[in-house]
Amino acid sequence: MLKTFKLGGVHPPENKLSADSEIVELPLSPTVFIPVGQHIGAPATAVVKKGDQVKTGQLIARSSGFVSANVHSSVSGTVTKVDLVPDSGGYPRVGVVIKVEGDDWDDQIDTSPDLKSEISLTGPEIIEKIKEAGIVGMGGATFPTHVKLVPPRGMKFEMLLINGVECEPFLTSDNRLMIEKSDEIVVGTRLLMKAMGVDKAFIGIENNKPEAIRKMEKAVNGISGISVVPLKVKYPQGGEKQLIKAVTGREVSSGALPVSVGCLVSNVGSAFAVYEAVQKNKPLFERVVTVTGKSLRNPSNVKVRIGTPVSDLILFAGGVPEDTGKIISGGPMMGKALATSDVPVTKGTSGIVLIPEKQAARKPQLACIRCSRCTNACPMGLEPFLLMTLSENSLWERLEKEMVLDCIECGSCSFSCPASRPLLDYIRYAKAKVGQLVRSRKH
Amino acid sequence: MNAPIIYTVVTLVAIGTTAAVILYVVARKFMVYEDPRIDTVERALPGANCGGCGYAGCRAFAETCVKENNLEKLFCPVGGNEGMEEVAKILGLEAVKKDPRVAVVRCNGTCEYRPKINRYDGVMTCAIVSSVYSGETGCQYGCLGCGDCCVVCNFDAVHMNPVTGLPEVTDEKCTACGACVTACPKNLIELRKKNARERKIYVACRNEEKGGIARKACKVACIGCGKCFDVCAYDAITIGNNLAFIDSDKCKLCRKCVAVCPTDAIIEVGFPPRKIQSETAETSQVN
Repeated sequence: MLKTFKLGGVHPPENKLSADSEIVELPLSPTVFIPVGQHIGAPATAVVKKGDQVKTGQLIARSSGFVSANVHSSVSGTVTKVDLVPDSGGYPRVGVVIKVEGDDWDDQIDTSPDLKSEISLTGPEIIEKIKEAGIVGMGGATFPTHVKLVPPRGMKFEMLLINGVECEPFLTSDNRLMIEKSDEIVVGTRLLMKAMGVDKAFIGIENNKPEAIRKMEKAVNGISGISVVPLKVKYPQGGEKQLIKAVTGREVSSGALPVSVGCLVSNVGSAFAVYEAVQKNKPLFERVVTVTGKSLRNPSNVKVRIGTPVSDLILFAGGVPEDTGKIISGGPMMGKALATSDVPVTKGTSGIVLIPEKQAARKPQLACIRCSRCTNACPMGLEPFLLMTLSENSLWERLEKEMVLDCIECGSCSFSCPASRPLLDYIRYAKAKVGQLVRSRKH
Repeated sequence: MNAPIIYTVVTLVAIGTTAAVILYVVARKFMVYEDPRIDTVERALPGANCGGCGYAGCRAFAETCVKENNLEKLFCPVGGNEGMEEVAKILGLEAVKKDPRVAVVRCNGTCEYRPKINRYDGVMTCAIVSSVYSGETGCQYGCLGCGDCCVVCNFDAVHMNPVTGLPEVTDEKCTACGACVTACPKNLIELRKKNARERKIYVACRNEEKGGIARKACKVACIGCGKCFDVCAYDAITIGNNLAFIDSDKCKLCRKCVAVCPTDAIIEVGFPPRKIQSETAETSQVN
């Protein structure tokens, strides 16, 4: 019997259209726009100015706080401006615009394709390298990895979990990465284990990716401490707390960090980035993005430089089909519809999904019939229907008591609602409001 | 024959009397003294419980009025000066006079002036839209058009205009309670001085972008050019963050700024149509 998490969960149609298409490299765009805040925490401070010449992999914005990450240039060329540019939500954010001239990589980067598997650095040195390279959680949460690797005082890691679940429908970038770069991911895992000081690691993969499981099992063969754990398909297994529950059976309590049960969860993309940063000296400036959609001509997995406009990515995959209703950044369950396709690919962009108008449009909202499907679907044991009603009536204190901040915004409630109620929209708003309330109390 | 009836009556009277005595004693023992003026003041208030005064309903406001024994910082915008006068009379205090105010929507980005660049199909409340993204148009400062201000209005004074997609305030109904001001996530609604014959002059824009960007998103955006600032003789106009603002307390309604605005961002309401006046204003500008 395969492992999975117990509470809630849904089974959206998988639609992994691009599962068999190999990772291809996207040709460079004429200009890139690299936001300085691509991670959770304080945005980095730009260290280049208009007119500067930059090389691929050069630092362009320095981490500006404890929870922050460095940002590197993904191309070589001239900085045309450091200015406010609208982000995926339309609100202006600071970023560096670079006009691409050739592709001149920084001399420090080892560009050879050979696998470098011997680890010569110590734990703190590895963490320092990860910090320098600006690596963040690449599953979409974008939490700086170097911050995560240092446990809070008095706590200790026992094991590392590598998240190869990719439970979102449509997305296949992690799947392809595991198939094509399995050895590199294993080295990255070993580096992370060394940095954390643990000797146990599990790689969780849902069993709808048999080839990835096979490849990863082959790669970990003969390496002590690392094992591949095939998991039963269920959304949202890729959630940190869900994955810990599925693999180890341990439960992270409300408001606590995974370290409280001795775990650290890292995405396969991050593990690969760690490998490149530590062994090859290559900062995080490109990532694999799935571009997919039912009407798209070539759904594909593309290796993209950070800062490339999403529109170029779509053009590469065959252009925007006429019937497109929404362009979603991320997966269809948790992703965010883009206001415009001119926004750049960032460190957290795992996929671009083009949804046809017919499926994208929301159905009219009906009255709640108290069928409790949302409650059954919620992987965090919350009552979405109640949270929505409370949010509609602005009862923030009550919402806090109902643990609205535990919501992981997986969208299982909205997905399962037969009355098409926009549960998550209201809950997300309530989370923001309650978060403000909690913060205001602290000060 | 009548015995059961008599018994019943006697028993009930006995129970009633005992209960009355107990209740009287308890009421006396546990009586809380409340200033009778609170009730009188509450009756003098409009009873809308809108919270425009800053207190949780009219009762709370009345309590504060009596307790503070000073009306300097207290004002009921709904009752206005007359209402406060009455409260002052009851309490034997002096009420502070305030100019009556009215809510004004500082956005004129109609569908015609401010084209939509994407389509939103989520929950139709401004609060949620603004937390999700910048809105359907290129202007992130403008009205989102979901009508949160209409929903919160207790006085039926704010309505969406389906043609323009913008809220409109009915001046006679507006009490300046400020509910819409707090409800608007884009801070578009301002309480401005109510002038005679509902005359108003205001900058109907809150776009803080540089001129070119603002203009690209909306044809009637304020570009912060400062022409109105130069022409104003009463120092009523200030320019900051690429945006002009007219202080309604200083404005004398001369309308000079309206004529010089290159983007028609300054709006005049309630004035008779211009004849020779505007021409003279323009010629004087040239000279």
